[in-house]
Amino acid sequence: MIDRLTLLQKIGVYIATFFFLLFILMPFIEMIRVSLRPMSHLMTADFTWWSEDFSLQAYRDMWVTVPLLGRYIFNSIFVASSVTLITMIVVIPAAYAYARLEFPFKSLSLGGFLAVNMFTGAVLLIPLYRVLRTLSMLNTYWAMIIPGVAFLIPTGIWLLRSYLEKIPRDLEEAAYVDGASRLYTLRRVVLPLAAPGLIVVGTAVFIGAYAQQFLFAITFNNVREIQPLPAGLYEFIGYQDVTWNEMMAAALTGITPVMIVFLFLQKYLVAGLTAGAVKE
Amino acid sequence: MTLVAEGTAPERMQRRELSERAFAWLLISPALLFILVIVVWPLAETIRLSFTDATLGGENFVGIANYAALFADPKFWQTVGRTFYWMALAVSLKLIVGLIGASLLNAAIPGKALFRVLVMPPWVIPVAIGVIGWKWMYNGYFGLISGLLQEFGLVEDRVALLATKTSAFYSAIVTDVWVGTPMVTLFFLAAMQGVSKDLYEAAWVDGASRWYRFRRITIPQIMPVIVSMALLSAIWTFNSFEIIWILTEGGPRGATTTLIIDTYKVAISSQRFGEGAARAVVIVVLLAAFSLFYLWFLNRVNRHYGAK
Repeated sequence: MIDRLTLLQKIGVYIATFFFLLFILMPFIEMIRVSLRPMSHLMTADFTWWSEDFSLQAYRDMWVTVPLLGRYIFNSIFVASSVTLITMIVVIPAAYAYARLEFPFKSLSLGGFLAVNMFTGAVLLIPLYRVLRTLSMLNTYWAMIIPGVAFLIPTGIWLLRSYLEKIPRDLEEAAYVDGASRLYTLRRVVLPLAAPGLIVVGTAVFIGAYAQQFLFAITFNNVREIQPLPAGLYEFIGYQDVTWNEMMAAALTGITPVMIVFLFLQKYLVAGLTAGAVKE
Repeated sequence: MTLVAEGTAPERMQRRELSERAFAWLLISPALLFILVIVVWPLAETIRLSFTDATLGGENFVGIANYAALFADPKFWQTVGRTFYWMALAVSLKLIVGLIGASLLNAAIPGKALFRVLVMPPWVIPVAIGVIGWKWMYNGYFGLISGLLQEFGLVEDRVALLATKTSAFYSAIVTDVWVGTPMVTLFFLAAMQGVSKDLYEAAWVDGASRWYRFRRITIPQIMPVIVSMALLSAIWTFNSFEIIWILTEGGPRGATTTLIIDTYKVAISSQRFGEGAARAVVIVVLLAAFSLFYLWFLNRVNRHYGAK
């Protein structure tokens, strides 16, 4: 048995962990604190840790100040879900090909996909703008969905490929020998076996799409009704009189639905995502 | 096995081989099409535009004028320098904080499962939302950080951290580290959990201290993960847009203007597409050169720690 931590060491680890988590969670703690205080007190008084005036007023007023808040929340989730759905439809067959089939230019084309990871949309905004204009997609949901999909495809292929490689080939071969077509085998044998991996990759893609919708939204869309949450709220931050407490309340409310879903998936997700990092 | 396949075995193999190629490319084609239209074509178009003076009004071929103007501008070189400094500092900090965090979360203490969940929020929420939180904390009148600094007597007066050049730059770094740390931490943690316990026990039997085991077992064992996370973080940090844009829009007086911010300002805000495209091409070339160098380095590291 390896040496255990002494009590003193344990206390040290707890203290260090506390400060580490404080750094990570500070903005959230502060956002919650601000959202619970009346604006007039926030602006006039000096900084204080605690005060007696906590109220939920901002959580009521925000629906008036940010009338489209509900829409923003919906848009964020809708855009991220659409990106995830389309990405998965495109990624599943490609990942299968890279995991199972032999074909010319295999590693070259895979390298090409991965090289896409080097860019973000920011570098390609000008021609992307024109592409989207040509396709009449500007100021529609598509303007945020299509570029989002393109930049998540490489990661999706990479993650799913390493997952599929771990599934034993026997069952597929058995199905194939029994006369099942390749497509049938993919649909009825491989996909059910890969379900946990699909969920992990799907969640990772969703997080990517959900976390990074700001740039495409502020550049390719100026229709307020379809703006996702970060872009919608950002618009208010630019004003002279920012009602910060309501902004924070709106931001926290906006991220809650996804956080709840994520809480259920987190264990699964982290194990699956990091599996690629740990295997040889 | 009672099945009898048609044809002789080699014939069957060959048929399968041929259709396998076609089938593979068929499966890849949707992804390929997407990348061609949304990434490759725009990239080619960016390169073409960089040789023009394109604006909303129209475009003329101007040769290398955009590049010549860019390279002659000392401000541009300042921006390049600032971008690499921003990247190097932010990535090092992410790796260090991530390594410390992962070691803490890897310690055998009650509550570790909860702590591991608590690291994740910055990673799963929209980056922009977290940054809005930081923007508030940095403000001078009622922001938390200014308040804390005053509380501990480190500063006399309220400090507006985003208003002066130096403090704005380092404030943006802190926020960037905050955004990037959870993912780095989780990957390091996973890698640490994959290290064989036998190694530690053998070292412990030999009387190696905890610090020695960390330095001589943990670090070398997870080195490939450290190196690949460094590359990913470097690319993301180099390309990071939202954090700086929301905090400062590149200000005050250009102090937080990285190449990406500069490109966005020229290309989108001022709609000088040609000049913006030249900047975008420079970014692509720099990133490609950096990545190639890094992959070469990664290869060497992997060979050096090859046993894994």
